Amino acid sequence: MENKKTQNITTVVGIVFLLLLVIVLEQIISPTSTMAMLLTVTKKSAIYAVVAVSMNLLNGFTGLFSLGQAGFMLMGAYTYAIFTIPRAERDAVYYYYDQAMELSFPEVFGNALGSVGFLLGVLLAIILGGLVAAAVAYVIGFPVLRLKSDYLAIATLGFAEIIRALFQWTKLGPITNGANPLKNYVRLNSFKIEMGDTTIGLSTFTTLLFATICIGIMVMLINSSYGRAFKAIREDEVAAEAMGINLYKHKQIAFCISCFFAGVGGAMLAMFANTVQANNFKSNMTFEILLIVVLGGIGSVSGSCIGAVLFVFAAEWWLRGLDSGKWLFINAPGVLRNGFRLVVFSVGIMIVILFFRRGIMGDKELPYYAKRIRDRFIINKPKAGEKENG
Amino acid sequence: MLKIEDLRVNYGGIEAVKGISIDVPEKEIVTLIGANGAGKSTTLRTVAGLVKPASGRISFFDEDITALPSHSIVAKGITMVPEGRRVFPDLTVLENLKMGAYLRKDSLKDDIQWVYDLFPRLKERSWQLAGTLSGGEQQMLAVGRALMSRPKLMMMDEPSLGLAPIIVRGIFEIIKEINRQGVTILLIEQNANIALHTANTAYVLETGRLTMKGIGKELLNNEAVKKAYLG
Repeated sequence: MENKKTQNITTVVGIVFLLLLVIVLEQIISPTSTMAMLLTVTKKSAIYAVVAVSMNLLNGFTGLFSLGQAGFMLMGAYTYAIFTIPRAERDAVYYYYDQAMELSFPEVFGNALGSVGFLLGVLLAIILGGLVAAAVAYVIGFPVLRLKSDYLAIATLGFAEIIRALFQWTKLGPITNGANPLKNYVRLNSFKIEMGDTTIGLSTFTTLLFATICIGIMVMLINSSYGRAFKAIREDEVAAEAMGINLYKHKQIAFCISCFFAGVGGAMLAMFANTVQANNFKSNMTFEILLIVVLGGIGSVSGSCIGAVLFVFAAEWWLRGLDSGKWLFINAPGVLRNGFRLVVFSVGIMIVILFFRRGIMGDKELPYYAKRIRDRFIINKPKAGEKENG
Repeated sequence: MLKIEDLRVNYGGIEAVKGISIDVPEKEIVTLIGANGAGKSTTLRTVAGLVKPASGRISFFDEDITALPSHSIVAKGITMVPEGRRVFPDLTVLENLKMGAYLRKDSLKDDIQWVYDLFPRLKERSWQLAGTLSGGEQQMLAVGRALMSRPKLMMMDEPSLGLAPIIVRGIFEIIKEINRQGVTILLIEQNANIALHTANTAYVLETGRLTMKGIGKELLNNEAVKKAYLG
């Protein structure tokens, strides 16, 4: 118990330190320098981490293999964007349609309460994005959750595709803007404090903070008695049922919560990107998230976070140099340009999977490995004693 | 306390249970013996709410519980130790025990202590993953987990399955001890010898029908039972 407490304190201190570091970095790095990429990929990996953990909650902890993540992210992103476009911008965005929605949360709350209200409006729109995704998940859960393993995956994958097509439907144009992108909504770069001449940018910090809160809530859920029930369902449905767990209800809860956070992740992705367009939320995105979950370790929250960071950093930053011909201070020959990056990336993934059969973290969390490393390097006295006995 | 009347169950396209009636009095150990495919497990699973009966009535303390969902049945005080133990392999021993008490909202401290007193072995292995326990220990854990719901009736499906004779004897000693502490037990077994030694009342089931009922120790001397099940 004592051990657990110190573990929690270490985690909180670590996160606070990271957040402070990000605030400082954000001020130091100028947007034009090459290091500015660091901030961009940090934001994106934080968002991907939220979605990856939400997928892990379903696939890794409850044992429900769902591939609908992109569809739920799409709903979150659209809901967020629709409710944050300022009224003045609406005509420019809904160029081809008579917009049906005039409500903008940040504007309404901002007018009433100033910048606090603006923040509140943004938060509300994000949460609404999650709620829409969760509500839809609840409805499709009725038929879909009766399916098992691969069949569930196929059904959810198909559902995500239907959602994508539906959002592009011209009849829904007045709300979703059809196949045209939504833009001019509140983005991450709106998060800053202006004091006279100096501006303190807080976009990376805000993303990281939101992500931390979302992942924190999911971790608390996993450690609660509900989380234990989810794991019991994953391990043995019959035994779980014999324990008095209402299988269907718990699957439904896990599905809705997972989709809620996928929706929130989608809303955050909308804030990160400049536009929201249904075409960007293809099944490809789901597979990226699945790759992160598998790479990090199915059933490990910290694994998903590490996987997200590695994936996004490698795909968007570390290997980008190959395209321009410069990589790791080496001038790459022409062969290595234009798309060779993807080859290096795939080989990298294969190597990781070869050496870490169950993902980087397996189903363990970071503190487990921290303890093992500490035991190996710091406390080696009892080991010597063991040798004497043996 | 538990009354099964003219229960019929179809399972996988065949009629597995063809109209049986069983009476389990409070604070007793009742056993159901029979060969493979006699319908023992199906009967138990139907009482637990995992399988829906075709017809018949199951009542618990004079309350109809036929075809209630399994979580309501657990809430009423009937718990099952499933066949083949079925502990949660990637959860720790303690987590497994807590799972057994999933529907309870009160403090579990005393009950965990109670289970640890019954099975000191589990206390030693409290933080170990259940999948790494030996077969006997897993059976102990399965029993302990079932007890965590504070059951009035505990149903056990083949607790001797795949265990060494000496361990089986230990498990049955504990079953008797649990019964002495006030838990009614409905036990199904292929190992008729030990089951009949333990039980107050025994029923013999053959291809879905009851063929005999009697006091456990008396059936041990019954020629037909001897021939069919005791060898």
